[in-house]
Amino acid sequence: MDMTRENIINLVLALLLLVVPLAASQMGQPFTVTLATRIAVLALAATGLNIALGLGGLVSFGHAVFFGIGGYAAGILASHVFSGEPMAFGFEGSNQMALIWIFAVIACGLAGLAIGAISLRTSGVYFIMITLAFAQMVYYFAISWPAYGGEDGLSILVRNQFPGINTMVPLSFFLLCYGVLIVCIGLFALLRNSRFGTALQAARQNEVRVASVGISPYGIRLTAFAISAMMTGLAGALYADLNKFVSPSMLSWHMSGELIVLIILGGTGRLFGPVAGAMLYVIFEFALGGITERWQFFLGLILLGVVLFARGGLIGLLAGKARHG
Amino acid sequence: MVDLAAEPVLEITGLVKTFGALRATDGVTLDLRPGEIHALIGPNGAGKSTLIHQICGTLRQDGGTIRFAGQDISRTGVAERARLGLGRTFQVSSLAPEFSALRNVMLAVQAKAGSSFRFFKPVMRDRSLLDTAMAMLERVGLAGRADIAAAELSHGERRQLEIAIALALGSKAFLLDEPMAGMGPEGSKRLTGFLDGLRHQAPILLVEHDMDAVFALADRISVLVYGRVIATGTVDEIRRDPAVRTAYLGDHA
Ligand SMILES: Nc1ncnc2c1ncn2[C@@H]1O[C@H](COP(=O)(O)OP(=O)(O)OP(=O)(O)O)[C@@H](O)[C@H]1O
Ligand SMILES: [Mg+2]
Repeated sequence: MDMTRENIINLVLALLLLVVPLAASQMGQPFTVTLATRIAVLALAATGLNIALGLGGLVSFGHAVFFGIGGYAAGILASHVFSGEPMAFGFEGSNQMALIWIFAVIACGLAGLAIGAISLRTSGVYFIMITLAFAQMVYYFAISWPAYGGEDGLSILVRNQFPGINTMVPLSFFLLCYGVLIVCIGLFALLRNSRFGTALQAARQNEVRVASVGISPYGIRLTAFAISAMMTGLAGALYADLNKFVSPSMLSWHMSGELIVLIILGGTGRLFGPVAGAMLYVIFEFALGGITERWQFFLGLILLGVVLFARGGLIGLLAGKARHG
Repeated sequence: MVDLAAEPVLEITGLVKTFGALRATDGVTLDLRPGEIHALIGPNGAGKSTLIHQICGTLRQDGGTIRFAGQDISRTGVAERARLGLGRTFQVSSLAPEFSALRNVMLAVQAKAGSSFRFFKPVMRDRSLLDTAMAMLERVGLAGRADIAAAELSHGERRQLEIAIALALGSKAFLLDEPMAGMGPEGSKRLTGFLDGLRHQAPILLVEHDMDAVFALADRISVLVYGRVIATGTVDEIRRDPAVRTAYLGDHA
């Protein structure tokens, strides 16, 4: 990897996100560790969305659906272990994160294929609206489905487990989330530079060009949408474990909007855009949320500034324009 | 020169396209035979680009049929037609603007290989992609500009890049919409020489306003006026055709 300015910035961000919670843990400040975990998990969710939105130009306003499905996968599987009531086919649920993640990723992959197959027949504003509509459908379904807490949500009484790690220790759980984030950022980088990534990004830049060389943009986009959904779903499972709680709010359009905001703040399509965006967002929420209930108003102002004056987000501001090879 | 008995590669019959009250394509019938350059000329707004769009599928005809390589492609999608071997360049060039010239061609190379569902190997370290794409850029004289983003290329260079892409696709027919535009006299001359050789790789339907190029290259010429083909013939026949002279050629012939 050559040390372009952007790579150096990425490295600094990655180290910062690692070193601060390590130090905080040393100094006995578990709350800071939790904030860092929140950054890592939101960045992971946004990295998933960044595949569809950043690389593919697909403005999904319904990605909370996958975040929520991932969250409910964790909540539901764990609740059966706790209650001792088997699920379908005598399956007893699970409190093993690795298994939960597999469930979450498969469920989100299938949901992504189904939602994408229909939504991707539209484009532009219609695409935004139809993805939102799907997410709202699932949101209201979750609210009205009493088996798993309905509107009140579902608590995960004991955080799910991972072999060799005590997930109840904040720093250990952070390191697990951080590891997953870094692996997924690596996957994003591979994807972006691959043949598939070439076709996906070309379809964003010029759909007719892609079709004219004989690649159907629909198939490329659908695949990207499903992969994107899977990554965001994985983040959802971690988010539920972070909060030890999952509720329909994870499925709400606020959540979808939040993920988009993270990406725009950090830099759309940039490798570390979601990390930068999540850092800004969480720090902002923490710093201003204590002072005023209306912190989101100020966030809106910043967002407006970014959209008007710094199209590349924080990464774009620091590293300049993206290079595509 | 052209073997008129040979099976046409591309065969358009009774094609009609209307935009509201305007008949932009009005019962066009023409074909493209192996080894030939068939020039399509006509005044501005005659419907030349509209015809190319229908052949490629970016516009859907209202009536008539299009046959290519022995099959009816009238209802086939754009990507499928490209896979069958229709390669084109656009009058207003159509590229992935953020990608370098090289990566634009690489997209075509991977499309030709049918390998766009590979998720891990970095393309910029993929010799088979790079070498083939570079060879295509060399053929059109754009190798020195391989790293430049398509958006930053000159008008003429973008034309050349589109030709490199069509070459990379190994197309069975080329549809070129004003490839000389914006090239300058030097560039036009070079491109004329290049297209002269290209016809042996695959036949070319050439839309072009540059009459010197058309007269130098064309085996046959069709003249399109108000959406209708008013004449088809060899260069000499078209030069002599009185209807063509009044409708289009003017003092140029
Ligand atoms: N999408 C469209 N909607 C409505 N009218 C159109 C459309 N596309 C083309 N036309 C009209 O159809 C006619 C033919 O246009 P076309 O672009 O095919 O001409 P052309 O022969 O390529 O001209 P030029 O030499 O200037 O490129 C023109 O009158 C044009 O205004
Ligand atoms: Mg035209």
